[in-house]
Amino acid sequence: MLLTSSKDLKDKGLDVVLDFFRKKSLWMLHYCTGCGAIELPPTMTSRWDMERFGMGPMATPRQADLLLITGYLSVKSLKRVIYTYEQMPEPKWLIAFGSCPINGGIYYDSYSVINRLAEYLPVDLSIEGCMPRPEAIIDGFTKLMKSIDKGEAVGYKRYRENYEWYKKNQAEVLERTSPVLKEEVADETK
Amino acid sequence: MINTILRFILMAVMSMSVGLLFMGIGRKFTARIHRRYGAPFYQSFIDVIKLFSKQSISHNWIMDFGVLMGLAGILATVMFLPVGPFNVFGHMQGNMIIIIYFMTIGYLGMAMGVAASGNPNATIGIARALTLMLGYEVPFVITVVLLIFINSSSNLSVMVASQAGGFMRWNMIQYPFAFLAGMMALQGMLGEQPFDVMIAPAEIASGPMVELSGKLMGSAFLQHAAQIFLETGIIVNMFMGGAPNIWIFFLKQLAVYLVTLAVAAIFPRYRFEDAVKFFWQAPTALALIQLILFLI
Repeated sequence: MLLTSSKDLKDKGLDVVLDFFRKKSLWMLHYCTGCGAIELPPTMTSRWDMERFGMGPMATPRQADLLLITGYLSVKSLKRVIYTYEQMPEPKWLIAFGSCPINGGIYYDSYSVINRLAEYLPVDLSIEGCMPRPEAIIDGFTKLMKSIDKGEAVGYKRYRENYEWYKKNQAEVLERTSPVLKEEVADETK
Repeated sequence: MINTILRFILMAVMSMSVGLLFMGIGRKFTARIHRRYGAPFYQSFIDVIKLFSKQSISHNWIMDFGVLMGLAGILATVMFLPVGPFNVFGHMQGNMIIIIYFMTIGYLGMAMGVAASGNPNATIGIARALTLMLGYEVPFVITVVLLIFINSSSNLSVMVASQAGGFMRWNMIQYPFAFLAGMMALQGMLGEQPFDVMIAPAEIASGPMVELSGKLMGSAFLQHAAQIFLETGIIVNMFMGGAPNIWIFFLKQLAVYLVTLAVAAIFPRYRFEDAVKFFWQAPTALALIQLILFLI
């Protein structure tokens, strides 16, 4: 059964208190393969100054709370994103950036790009636009902070509960990357 | 006995919380230099509470032990620092030789912890940190030896007493070259630009911190906070005449820390061999000049 309702997974007990500190100190890791990466430097630096919300860029998944997928994801890079997401310590959140991770955007009919990120990883928030401007990004971040405060941003719990469903979807699409390599290996052995 | 234990706990809590407060004020200060609004001054406290509330990933017990040893090493060193009139041990008022000896334990603990994590970036980072240590220890130790020479004592409280009697008596004014060398060494000790070779986020993914998550990262944060408190405290005691009470001591520490941040905000990063070369040339020369001036 797919548990999608946030009500069942809502934070309880001590987490309600700790959520206050978590929302005030979101450290992010940006996975910059898409064109959205270029919108992040102005958001971080003097003009829009993301640090006033306590947010900042981090170097590795181990230190980060927030994973940003900035733009389209090819099938091969999806594999790396899954590794990265699973390496992050809980609680963790994932933001899909721009139209490509929502419905494929301009790459909707491409053979090598996935269309909907939410099928493979639990997306907590999507920021639409091609690409979203820094104002939209900051608006998205404040929305995420509000939902963390209410204890409703529970994507990581959803991933844990529905692990098999996500793994099945991932396996279906990641299969497409493997055959080429297998055939080559098979040829060499002949 | 009970008194000593209470002072011990008070010193540990004070060094970490004042260090975190300095980090927060420093972030605000750097933001204003960048013409940004910046995070609130209590941001570091929020960060630490959040880190301790997170899941932590540890690879083996040596990693946990090393990170704790790093924090404990720095806290043990802080115990020997006279903070104004406040001393943890009444009879041992800040022996510089013990402080220099103990300061290394923090780094070695960190080195052991992050080397156990098995990440090559972490190993490169800590190797750079220990190499840089070879650099800044030289001018720093020459400066310390000079002050020990002058006061015929290695106690920080004796050095503080010798500077009593107003601003003009401070070692900062009396021995300006040694002060400059000490400030440059401090820049390296705190790992601020241009000597942030061990952190280098864009190059080796934050070096020693690369595998640290949750509570381990929180301990590293606290270690850095205590380190800021310790190292600015040493400079205040050696060159700025200590302080009559702890609040003035904190203010002087903050002034020293903000000077290092102001330098950090406008400099890019040295490569680590260039950083070591720099430490062996400019600050060492300054410290030697002061030593020769004193001997003549």
